[in-house]
Amino acid sequence: MQASAVPLARPRQGQFRFRLDLLGVVIAALGFAGLFLPFAAFRANRIVPGEGAQLFIALGPVWGVVLLSASLLVLAVALLRTPARLRLAASLSALLLLLVLIGEAGRHLTPEGDALARVSPGSGFWVLLAAFALLAADALSRLALSPLMRIGLVLGLAAVLAAILLSGAWDALSVLREYENRASAFWREAETHVLLAFGSLAAATLVGVPLGMLCHKVRPLRAATLNVLNMVQTIPSIALFGLLIAPLAWVAANVPGASALGVSGIGTAPALVALFAYSLLPVVANTVVGLGAVPRAANDAARGMGMTNWQRLAGVQMPLAFPVILTGIRIVLVQNIGLATIAALIGGGGFGVFVFQGIGQTAMDLVLLGAVPTVILAMGAGIVLDALVELASPQKRGRS
Amino acid sequence: MSQPTAPMIAIEGLCKDYEGRRVVEDVSLTIGRGEIVAVVGTSGSGKTTLLRMVNRLVEPSAGRVTIEGEDTRAQPPHLLRRRIGYVIQGNGLFPHRTVAQNIGTVPRLLGWDRARIAARVKALLEIFQLDPAEFAGRLPHELSGGQQQRVGVARALAAEPHLLLMDEPFGALDPIIRAKAQEDLLAIQKSFGTTIMLVTHDMDEAIALGTRIAVMDQGRVLQYAPPEDIIARPATPFVDALLGRGDRPFRLLSLGHVRDLLEPGTAQGEPIGPEASLREAFAECLWSGRDALPVIENGQALGIVRREALARQAGRPQ
Ligand SMILES: Nc1ncnc2c1ncn2[C@@H]1O[C@H](COP(=O)(O)OP(=O)(O)O)[C@@H](O)[C@H]1O
Ligand SMILES: [Mg+2]
Repeated sequence: MQASAVPLARPRQGQFRFRLDLLGVVIAALGFAGLFLPFAAFRANRIVPGEGAQLFIALGPVWGVVLLSASLLVLAVALLRTPARLRLAASLSALLLLLVLIGEAGRHLTPEGDALARVSPGSGFWVLLAAFALLAADALSRLALSPLMRIGLVLGLAAVLAAILLSGAWDALSVLREYENRASAFWREAETHVLLAFGSLAAATLVGVPLGMLCHKVRPLRAATLNVLNMVQTIPSIALFGLLIAPLAWVAANVPGASALGVSGIGTAPALVALFAYSLLPVVANTVVGLGAVPRAANDAARGMGMTNWQRLAGVQMPLAFPVILTGIRIVLVQNIGLATIAALIGGGGFGVFVFQGIGQTAMDLVLLGAVPTVILAMGAGIVLDALVELASPQKRGRS
Repeated sequence: MSQPTAPMIAIEGLCKDYEGRRVVEDVSLTIGRGEIVAVVGTSGSGKTTLLRMVNRLVEPSAGRVTIEGEDTRAQPPHLLRRRIGYVIQGNGLFPHRTVAQNIGTVPRLLGWDRARIAARVKALLEIFQLDPAEFAGRLPHELSGGQQQRVGVARALAAEPHLLLMDEPFGALDPIIRAKAQEDLLAIQKSFGTTIMLVTHDMDEAIALGTRIAVMDQGRVLQYAPPEDIIARPATPFVDALLGRGDRPFRLLSLGHVRDLLEPGTAQGEPIGPEASLREAFAECLWSGRDALPVIENGQALGIVRREALARQAGRPQ
């Protein structure tokens, strides 16, 4: 048989072939390594160094076998070329199992009636979590879900997380022990954190969008404004928080009524002002870019058909610039949710309080109590706003 | 107030300076009701600037424009523009608005009620051979180039303007769709009686569409006359060059129809319709090597058109 007559090695439809998936190899290697690392860590109290507990010690034989075999199965799905839907289902089930079983490890490792002993997730847990999350993220991007489905997915995951928390499955874990001891502080700081992130975003939007419109219209103003805002962005955040202490303390001392409104050199006010200053550049810059990208012909037609300048701005320019402005808002929100952590350093509150307390006490569980909600909040906000940006762009929306 | 006897547009001594450079120089033109005036010239000759001074997208440096006898400066520019249709190259459709919303733009600005706008949009889509059920809800990027262009013209006609300004409206279309769009425009102009001022850099298009042609060069109008006069008696060497010497006889023929040269008699071979252009008939005679073509309309023989008569028609008019 001639070489050219040999059919190319292409799997026929419906016929299963063992072929490797490239990213899957990485995921499988990662996950496989994770199975040999300590699944949980046990400590006699909250600040002594922990000792790792391997999978079977942490979970006992029954759950150990369940997690081991389930993980191997899912890693096999990752390793081979399998349909994206299967990959997604496998990774989500594995994640759910992993999250439930880490709670089980807590119960299994804690001696009966011991209130001081602490069990926290070990490196094996985190590596497995990363591997399955990577698989899920990859499957999602291959599936190219519609924006609404992505928002639904985020809400669904949030509901699952809430259900696990409320069911008490994690009550034996050290993070929740820390939470139990400061439940009211947790929700107070959560509120402050959200206020800092969303409050500064709202203020930056209210100021930045009109400022962007003005910069679009008045050319000389554009370069000057963007330069100043660029400079602000280069100041390290901690320095910016610090820089504001003196002027705001002065305002609080000298402007009547200011301190009654909560303005002071340290606390929430300077943190809000600093986050606002950081937020301004992305909002202004994206407004300018968005307005500049409005097609010339559409602008020209709007004028030629007799729209007033306001009608053109509201009916043509702003709607067309909106997806780009929303992209700026997305950047700001995700950035602010992270940066708000630093506000704790100047007494601004937020989840950073737990992070810095935890670092001070070398209590990693306390650090996690602040860090994990921050990361989840930032990721959720990012996915939801990405979906909204896509919904707002007519070119990307499918035919209705 | 508009005067019924005044010309549709009277342009008097219009000039435009940009940074001390004169880009439109002392242009005077009148355009009668129901006319299609094609402004033709090379790129940069000031055509667009002249057109945009009519609806005051550009304010003149000197001179004035009256529409139906009324000075265009008598009302705020945005109110003036709502009365005048405007079509530009690349159509300028609003990408975030549906076809129906795009077409309804000016009626909405004028405060028409919803039902009247919806009825008008539907009627226009039908006139432009776009099925309302299929196209009304689509976004512009879901249309072909030719469909977008038709929606652009429909949008300009939505508020039933007496006057339509078009700036290279067919410039982005391929030749076949372009010819069809020109044909459609002529048909619509005939049924609505709209006056059209159209800018193009393409002499063929100007001849195909214009009742009169204004030839522009370096901001001046060199000649303003019906197409046959422009072809027969170009006023300056520039106009002559723009026409292209090699094409002149054929351009002249393209203005007439077979019906005009109909003679009694019979001939062999593929027939031709009476509304075909003389240019087509002549080309067919040359190509098939025939001295005469049979002329048939709806299966009925009307007579013949002869090659010799066609050739005589292609000569310079006396
Ligand atoms: N807004 C403007 N500012 C400065 N120069 C302009 C402006 N608009 C047009 N021009 C100049 O005026 C001349 C005529 O332009 P235009 O009317 O667009 O020509 P055409 O439509 O015939 O190609 C060109 O040289 C062009 O560069
Ligand atoms: Mg032009």
